[in-house]
Amino acid sequence: MLKYIIKRIVLAVLTIFLVATITFFLMNLVPGGPFVAEKSISAQAQQALFEKYGLDKPLIVQYKNYMLNLLKGDFGLSLKQRGRTVSEIIMSKFPVSAKLGGLSVLTALIIGIPLGSIAALNRGKWIDSVIIVIATCGIAVPSFVLCTVGMYTFGVYLGWLPTFGLNTPVHYILPIFSLSFYPTAYIARLMRSSMLDVIGQDYMRTARAKGLSQFITLFKHALRNAIMPVVTYVGPLLAYTLTGSFIVEKIFVIPGLGKEFISSISNRDYTMIMGTTIFLAALIIIMNMLVDIVYKIIDPRIKLK
Amino acid sequence: MAKKNPISFHINVDDFLPATESEKEALVVMRPSVGFFKDAMKRLVKNKVAMVSLAFIIIIMFFSFVVPSFYPYRYDQQIRGSEYLAPMQYSQKELDRIAAGEKVFPHILGTDNLGRDYAVRVMVGSRISLLVGLIASAIILLIGSVYGAVAGYFGGWVDLIMMRIVDIIYTIPDILLIVLISFSIEEPLEKLAQMPGFHWIQVIGPNLISIFLVFALLYWVGMARIVRGQILSLKQSEYVTAAKALGASNARIIRKHLLTNCIGTLIVTTTLQIPSSIFTESFLSFLGLGVAVPLPSLGSLASAAINGLNTYPYLLLAPAILISLIILSFNLFGDGLRDAFDPKMKS
Repeated sequence: MLKYIIKRIVLAVLTIFLVATITFFLMNLVPGGPFVAEKSISAQAQQALFEKYGLDKPLIVQYKNYMLNLLKGDFGLSLKQRGRTVSEIIMSKFPVSAKLGGLSVLTALIIGIPLGSIAALNRGKWIDSVIIVIATCGIAVPSFVLCTVGMYTFGVYLGWLPTFGLNTPVHYILPIFSLSFYPTAYIARLMRSSMLDVIGQDYMRTARAKGLSQFITLFKHALRNAIMPVVTYVGPLLAYTLTGSFIVEKIFVIPGLGKEFISSISNRDYTMIMGTTIFLAALIIIMNMLVDIVYKIIDPRIKLK
Repeated sequence: MAKKNPISFHINVDDFLPATESEKEALVVMRPSVGFFKDAMKRLVKNKVAMVSLAFIIIIMFFSFVVPSFYPYRYDQQIRGSEYLAPMQYSQKELDRIAAGEKVFPHILGTDNLGRDYAVRVMVGSRISLLVGLIASAIILLIGSVYGAVAGYFGGWVDLIMMRIVDIIYTIPDILLIVLISFSIEEPLEKLAQMPGFHWIQVIGPNLISIFLVFALLYWVGMARIVRGQILSLKQSEYVTAAKALGASNARIIRKHLLTNCIGTLIVTTTLQIPSSIFTESFLSFLGLGVAVPLPSLGSLASAAINGLNTYPYLLLAPAILISLIILSFNLFGDGLRDAFDPKMKS
């Protein structure tokens, strides 16, 4: 087990390092510096700016410096939002995205798991067909379609829900709905097929034959086994909600990290792009790793090597 | 008959009688044996959902590849005075022309803010989406199958190293990297497009090229894993040993024996890859990182429609519904293919 955990940690660190390296060199492929667009800047001032941010040194030295700072958790200064460090900006924006993403993941799990179980337990009946149709359509609709159509019907046409910002709990309804629809449908499909698999097992029949109640067999025997594939999906799900929030934050004008990432790209704020990419990538990679390790621990059937 | 001594060489004479007519009849082949493909196709044709999806895909392809070539409007043709027409509405100028006895083709889906016919834009947009899906899947198929086959066939440390690389690539967040790559290679590609012989880059658009590049760099890993798994079991087969004994080279064995034998998996995985590529392309186009203007894609059409959502909601509806339907039908058709090629895998 320890060996597996160590292997995963090494792999994760290696991947984060790789992403940081790729990001760094991709960034420097772009011709023209971040200050080119700025008005009334003399050659001297530009030189001073370059020196201030260490951009006058050779690329490989810049790379070394950046990586060393990164190890200390220092993302450097933002090039466009003067006087603020990238870490500060990330820390001020991330809670918004995290709240939205976390609530969406929770919604997807809370709705998706029962939906899939209900479908499996009523196999072949109309409720099963309804759930299958919803789930199949759900994974075919891109989030931006849901966002915009939802915004139009409930926000503009019916006028029930606010269409931008995150000021009151009501504001959360549309963004969370759009962000959690796809994973809900996916989890429902996953849960349905694994539940069907589990209720066909011998131990389920044994449990019923022993005279255990429907409730106990369902929750203690079936659900705990059937939920395993869903646990493995939580990693990709987190990645999906984090990157999916780019669109949701753009449409609903939410001041989160995704919006910051996109705007830093159009502003060519190099250090911000580096910082957000590495931060998000590291977050996704570490979450994936944790989910995989937890999965190995909670499923006793997997041989611990 | 006397009890037969088990170790005697006495022969049972009855075994050597000429075959009777009924015995001969039993050996006659009633119909030709059904091959792998025919068998799968038979199952596929019976699957109603898959066939309806296929029909829908063919119709969409007809409308997006064939119809725009003889459609009376072009996707970048701006008609002055007919901005923001509702579906089937005519502008004043066009009404005058109709009154003068001229025939004017109706704007079935209206026009956009620059007076471009929306129906033809949606058609060309779905052409871009389909092209991205098909080309990206072809790239993935090529790289993934070769990589997976090599890793699985050679095994040992080759496999170990190749699969570790796959593991690492698998955990890189793809969307982040696509955004980053399309952003950073935009200008170098535009410079390259200025040079003679590279003009095609401008036509396709640097963003689209970077999407393909990322698919080629990142997305093949899923395919590689699946193919490797198949090859690992297939390489134990007798025909591989036989081919080896006959002196076939490794490349030949992989090409002629191993990859041809996992053709079912390859087809299914590639088909299911198409909708996910379309999904990604529309996501990027929506963020403004997709195809170059004035070329439309379903994602960029939807994105452009958001600005006028309050007044012109129908501009959003067509691309939104179409993209969902395209992805849905490819998903369903892929599921049907999987059931047909591998009935055991049915979930």
